[in-house]
Amino acid sequence: MSYLDDSIIDIRQLSFARGDRAIFDAVDIRIPRGKITAVMGPSGTGKTTLLRLIGGQLKPDQGQIVLDNDNIPALSRKELFKVREKMGMLFQSGALFTDMSVFENVAFPIRVHTDLSEQMIRDVVLMKLHAVGLRGAADMMPSELSGGMARRVALARAIALDPDLVMYDEPFTGQDPIAMGVLVNLIARLNKALGHTSIIVSHDINETLAIADYIYLIADAKVLAHGTAEELRGNGSEQVRQFLDGLPDGPVPFHFPADDYLDQLMQG
Amino acid sequence: MFTKIQALGAAGLDKLEAFGRSGIILSQAVFAIPGRQAWPLFIQQLYSVGVLSLIIIIVSGLFIGMVLSLQGYTILVDYGSEQAVGQMVALSLVRELSPVVTALLFAGRAGSALTAEIGLMKATEQLSSLEMIGVDPLRRIIAPRFWAGMLSLPLLSMIFSVVGIWGGMLVGVDWLGIYEGSFWSNMQNSVDFSEDVVNGLIKALVFGVAVTWIAVYQGYDSVPTSEGISQATTRTVVYASLAVLGLDFILTALMFGDL
Ligand SMILES: Nc1ncnc2c1ncn2[C@@H]1O[C@H](COP(=O)(O)OP(=O)(O)OP(=O)(O)O)[C@@H](O)[C@H]1O
Ligand SMILES: [Mg+2]
Repeated sequence: MSYLDDSIIDIRQLSFARGDRAIFDAVDIRIPRGKITAVMGPSGTGKTTLLRLIGGQLKPDQGQIVLDNDNIPALSRKELFKVREKMGMLFQSGALFTDMSVFENVAFPIRVHTDLSEQMIRDVVLMKLHAVGLRGAADMMPSELSGGMARRVALARAIALDPDLVMYDEPFTGQDPIAMGVLVNLIARLNKALGHTSIIVSHDINETLAIADYIYLIADAKVLAHGTAEELRGNGSEQVRQFLDGLPDGPVPFHFPADDYLDQLMQG
Repeated sequence: MFTKIQALGAAGLDKLEAFGRSGIILSQAVFAIPGRQAWPLFIQQLYSVGVLSLIIIIVSGLFIGMVLSLQGYTILVDYGSEQAVGQMVALSLVRELSPVVTALLFAGRAGSALTAEIGLMKATEQLSSLEMIGVDPLRRIIAPRFWAGMLSLPLLSMIFSVVGIWGGMLVGVDWLGIYEGSFWSNMQNSVDFSEDVVNGLIKALVFGVAVTWIAVYQGYDSVPTSEGISQATTRTVVYASLAVLGLDFILTALMFGDL
């Protein structure tokens, strides 16, 4: 049985362009339900864009993004906000609310969407903060946190309501090896314990492959390859090998599309 | 030639589109009347938009009242009618100067702060993360600020008038020696409640809507970078000031044109 038989998100023929540059060109992506799916690819290919498309913050030029029978781009503003209650998202920048303490940041989604008592909110928030190792920082303000700490708080906030679908945009960036190990385990454990679907965007290949059930490799507006970690490792394609092994030379360009370097230098 | 006309047309369309977007934001904000949850947010904004503007309003009101009184005295004393200073100070403040000067100061003090705050929230993805948490930033961020700004301005304008009249009295009566009784009675006889006071407050309310609308829209629609936010803040002050002066002319013509 393939992982894709039961998918929570079904993206069909998705096209999206920024100006004249196609970010996605008729791609099909399916996210298996209850699993951890990694989305990987060179910087600037549109991984963050993909998450924003799924979250309904960007509208695709073409194609469908179906989440549990709802076609996200076709939803009204109100329906969209309803659907988003099922999602949690960790932004690449953390995006904590700077006018609230760490505690209030994590409590925010709970306060907005539930009627739990103050005591219960406190317990849930402390539990989530404890999971990311920052229970002691509950009373600090976001401006007092380091980049890595802020990201962990943001992670705690993203999972505060135990959403069906959590999207992590580069959760491991800026973490020391210990915190990184803890976060990798945390994401895997949350996924197993609560059965929610996770999408991870990450450049840390080894950590990500270790926990991801399924992997999409995106490059040049297309899906380069997809499959389980073994399937990808067994993939003969040079591009896939280059990316997984982190080689600078190969078919996947390191450079953003540009004019010929020598020409540009000669032009003065 | 054609490209220039084309560019003009494109710029015109852009402006029109921006105006349409701002209209959508305005309608969303207006109809998002603060609910049970939003009350504390509204009160908090009333504090940071209104209460924190008090000092600048009071100081400006005091000085403008004093200057008016001094200028009025030097002119009126030639005609021996210096007791009319009270009337002049009160009418010019209530009808004209309080709403206009308050609105201009408000645009600089509170409007720019609103734009910068909202722009920065956008740049740091706080607005996006509100959306992803399932909270509409138009309701949560824009609406309370809009309502607070709109309602603060008439109140601030009233305070401006009161302080200004008091300043006028300090200079006119205590310093220049106008007889106090005629200073006040002249004022009371000439200032009409519905004609002058209410019209002045209507002006302030209209300016409040215009200034806050421009401020929150510029913030919400800003390019989320440091230059983008600084440009948006500048635009808020410039557009809001021009809007206030333009609207003031129109409103004055409508209200007092046939007197
Ligand atoms: N607001 C924007 N306006 C115009 N172009 C944009 C905008 N945001 C992103 N882009 C372009 O879209 C492309 C994809 O951006 P995206 O942020 O999705 O990349 P990414 O895959 O997440 O990269 P990274 O791994 O570096 O985070 C980039 O090449 C960028 O130039
Ligand atoms: Mg990204």
